[in-house]
Amino acid sequence: MSRGALLVLADGRFPAGGHAHSGGAEAAVKAGRVTGAASLGDFCRGRLHTAGLVSATLAAAAVLGVDPVELDAAADARTPSPALRVAARKLGRQLMRAARATWPSAELDALAREFPKGAHQPVVLGLVARAAGLGAEDAAYCAAYESVSGPASATVRLLSLDPFDATAVLARLAPELDLVADRAVEAGRRVVDEGVDALPCASAPLLEIGAEAHAAWAVRLFAS
Amino acid sequence: MHLDHTHDGPAAVSADAHRIDGTRRALRIGLGGPVGSGKTATVAALCRALRDELSLAVVTNDIYTREDAEFLLREAVLPPERIAAVETGACPHTAIRDDISANLEAVEDLEDEVGPLDLILVESGGDNLTATFSKGLVDAQIFVIDVAGGDDIPRKGGPGVTTADLLVVNKTDLAPYVGSDLGRMAADAKAQRAELPVVFQSLRTEAGVADVAAWVRAQLSAWAA
Repeated sequence: MSRGALLVLADGRFPAGGHAHSGGAEAAVKAGRVTGAASLGDFCRGRLHTAGLVSATLAAAAVLGVDPVELDAAADARTPSPALRVAARKLGRQLMRAARATWPSAELDALAREFPKGAHQPVVLGLVARAAGLGAEDAAYCAAYESVSGPASATVRLLSLDPFDATAVLARLAPELDLVADRAVEAGRRVVDEGVDALPCASAPLLEIGAEAHAAWAVRLFAS
Repeated sequence: MHLDHTHDGPAAVSADAHRIDGTRRALRIGLGGPVGSGKTATVAALCRALRDELSLAVVTNDIYTREDAEFLLREAVLPPERIAAVETGACPHTAIRDDISANLEAVEDLEDEVGPLDLILVESGGDNLTATFSKGLVDAQIFVIDVAGGDDIPRKGGPGVTTADLLVVNKTDLAPYVGSDLGRMAADAKAQRAELPVVFQSLRTEAGVADVAAWVRAQLSAWAA
């Protein structure tokens, strides 16, 4: 693997549409569940171990060669909220566009043909990692990190939270990111042997419910 | 792994002039400028002026609502399927310059669903004087300022004022009421922009958007040539 390529892909400025999404933080802020750095830390920890773990495993399994069409269906089954499924596919399509320009690959072209309106973002992420010469662990780290970095930067805008405090939240989560990435790679290997039913199905009901409420707001800063 | 461009897949990348089926895509013109300068009103007027002679569509990039898209829908300047709203996470300048993927998706979907199109107007939500469109998203851009925002804006410059393909100074009818000196604005704009064109307009007069519409037609002729 190329550590340089990993940094390019993991960079929050990688132009794949993430900046317009809050990862559920906007709904949580409005509901009063995230009010500052401490509750942001709780929110991110919850998201990391649920949606983050599932995303990281999907990405790792995709790198390991599991059929992306099956992974995409499994991602649908693990995402009860229609609004979140729409957001995941939109982000998948945007990532696909950015990646096909940066790391062109026949595999990405084939997935784009299969899903012209977008596959689930973590599945695309796995194939992008492959195209960039990265491994399952790299893809799992990217997905796990994205699951918390998005809400943290969104909360800086939503609450005018001190950006240093938000970044410190992420730094404190680093050991747990390592743990989730390890678990995701391990689970990804099981998926290779046992099929997609071996994917984790850790769910965060408040993220799903919040996403449905958020999608109906007339005024909001973020798309999800 | 290789880094050469391949464009034989299902979606074109950024600025490619042709769609996957080999047809020429629509000309894309961006409209940016500060909040309240009259971007949406200019887009609405352009739609009314051009919709009978061209097949056109609009993409809006609102800051935190769908206000601009809804204004255009309410005014019925185009059928609703020709107006798409992109959500920008409170940062229109990111969506039109640094991370253009959502806008590219919107323009491609419009071409797929209501095409063939001659022209797509991509409107940015009101932003600051440095907000410009990526060349990967639009072929030409219009920067809209207004006389009531202060007649020193052309002098202050910034990427929008100095580099936009067309600078529009809007609401000239208000100049006497807000003490703006149109002559000074024209001289400052000339100093900042050299040969790049500037249009002074008031959408409340009979001429309205005619000069901007004529500029758009000229861009379209050059694009189609």
